Amino acid sequence: MNIHAEDPIIEVHDLTVSYSQKPVLWGIDLSLPKGSLVGIVGPNGAGKSTLIKAIMDLVPLSSGYVKLFDTQLDNVREKISYVPQRESVDWDFPASVYDVVMMGRYGKLGLFKRPRQADREVVQESMRLVGMEAFKNRQISQLSGGQQQRVFLARALAQQAEVYFMDEPFAGVDAATEKAIVELLRRMSKEGKTVVVVHHDLQSVAKYFDWLILLNMRLVASGPTVDVFKEELLQEAYGGKLTILSEVGDLLTKGRFPSREKTV
Amino acid sequence: MEDFLYFFSFQDPNIRYVVVGSVLLAISAAIVGCFTFLKKRALIGDAVAHSVLPGVCLAFVVSGTKNPIYLIIGAFITGWLSLRFIDMIVRYSKLKEDTAIGLTLSVFFGLGILILTAIQHSGNANQSGLDQFLFGKAASLVGQDLIVFGSVSIILLLVVGLLFKELTLLAFDEQFGKAIGMPVKGLELVLTTLTVLAVVTGIQAVGVVLMAAMLITPAAAARFWTDKLTTMVFLAALFGAISGVSGAYISFVAPAMPTGPWIVLVISFIAMSSFFIAPRKGILYKQFQQRKYQKQILEENILKAFFHLGEADEQYYGHRKISDLISQRRFVMGRLKGGLQKLVRSGFLKQDREGWVLTEEGKNKGQRIVKLHRLWELYLTEYLRIAPDHVHDEAETIEHIITPEIEARLEKKLNYPSVDPHNETIPYR
Repeated sequence: MNIHAEDPIIEVHDLTVSYSQKPVLWGIDLSLPKGSLVGIVGPNGAGKSTLIKAIMDLVPLSSGYVKLFDTQLDNVREKISYVPQRESVDWDFPASVYDVVMMGRYGKLGLFKRPRQADREVVQESMRLVGMEAFKNRQISQLSGGQQQRVFLARALAQQAEVYFMDEPFAGVDAATEKAIVELLRRMSKEGKTVVVVHHDLQSVAKYFDWLILLNMRLVASGPTVDVFKEELLQEAYGGKLTILSEVGDLLTKGRFPSREKTV
Repeated sequence: MEDFLYFFSFQDPNIRYVVVGSVLLAISAAIVGCFTFLKKRALIGDAVAHSVLPGVCLAFVVSGTKNPIYLIIGAFITGWLSLRFIDMIVRYSKLKEDTAIGLTLSVFFGLGILILTAIQHSGNANQSGLDQFLFGKAASLVGQDLIVFGSVSIILLLVVGLLFKELTLLAFDEQFGKAIGMPVKGLELVLTTLTVLAVVTGIQAVGVVLMAAMLITPAAAARFWTDKLTTMVFLAALFGAISGVSGAYISFVAPAMPTGPWIVLVISFIAMSSFFIAPRKGILYKQFQQRKYQKQILEENILKAFFHLGEADEQYYGHRKISDLISQRRFVMGRLKGGLQKLVRSGFLKQDREGWVLTEEGKNKGQRIVKLHRLWELYLTEYLRIAPDHVHDEAETIEHIITPEIEARLEKKLNYPSVDPHNETIPYR
């Protein structure tokens, strides 16, 4: 099932991504409506993180294209925010909470420029929104997992974007943080921001998101949660990998074939 | 001593030049090194440092002079090539980065030594002093050499100053940098170039073999002292400068000595000392902390023993002798006596001819530890489903670290129980 949004804000067309020749995402086609709170769900190794990395142009595409605001990413980067997985950085880095949140302003500041009063105020407000203002000067290695996630979120908020991609923001956070983050995401979505979240807890999916993407190396379903959160679709996404698909993937790696022939 | 005063009065313009040159190069290497260190690419500096040698030698062969500009260009080219080499090996083979670095370093350095030896036997009169590039000689950093190497250092400092926030983000979270549209590839290129240049500035004063130490050691030492990047960069520069000056001084008083090893010895000494004495991260500090906790645990255990004795005969303020305490718990005699005296001094115990007695504060403290011990035992049996005969040893440790906040939550969660799993009363105040 693939329900397309009218007037989509994000459009993914025939997207294939491979890691050293082996496709991890096959021919993804989908579109998402503005202001929706989208969950990307699927088993381990389904390519959830890869999908948002591909949309953010952080991994090379084997085929297909992505459109945001009906144009290329490079034209609208200021309106897009990305929250990487918490484990993707070394939290022993010599920086304070404030320093990390300020990094969210670097895109708007541009090269060589120093943060201005306006940037400092946005940073302050972003820290307040995630309840981290009391930890402003705390060294980031002294934070708990939940607090680190809040810092990453505050950094994203400081970007003042329209579309947010978040990679597993609920991984390894305490219950209080999860609740706070969900409330924040709902508020953002109400304000017309589009939020796309990689998530892996099926329990809370129906409660949190109004749009769902079911993924298992290929698109199983994309559409409003009420239509997609169905037994048979979940079965299809979680019912084991398609063994033929992964075997063909292995062959591609062995023979170092491209996953698509180059069209001349 | 005379030498020392003469040197540090800076009357001799030559000394001034040498000092300025050494300090500049040490500072610029230290600052660039902070970013390679934080990016966890410390070994790269080592590879570059060794790989500039063939470039320096080839530049001499081609130009026939020791003009620093040619030498820098030569060094830059092979330094750069070595980095490309490492990247290529990592990308197109199954070898990992550490292997690629090891390979590249030894191949380039071997090539450099080969050419150097060939030059030395060629009978070219100009070649004398070329071997200084191996281990450095700060005293030769004068005249045109100083101007060239000094300018490169200043350019380095300017570039790092301008790109400070970009380099920080690059070291901390490259993916995010890419996502917000920072020219990450370009910045990587800049950082690589800075690394090569930092090595190049040091070839005369420190020598190629040990230049890597000037990149990494100041950063590693500074990291022990602070959690703030700007402070870290400043400290690294300071440590670098100190070692630079010492190297220049040694080069002055002992001209036969190579400067590089001395500079490296000084900076390594600073790093080692930081490793031991730095607050919070230093080994001595950690030892000290541990000692403190051990004392605290001993004292709490003594008060606990008093409380247990009190529970047994319902005389909480009864007089106790050392033998009574030992019967309660196996204390080491010397430590027990020390602990008792400390507790008297801090007002938790009183001592008279008949022995030791708890004060009210002491009783409360002992009682709290006993309470925490039993609460924790109960928590383990109820929530972790651990058998009651397995919970005692664990509670022995945990009773000393539970904070008042956790204590309150524990009481609430267990709903203020009256007895522990062994049916002993939990003493509330």
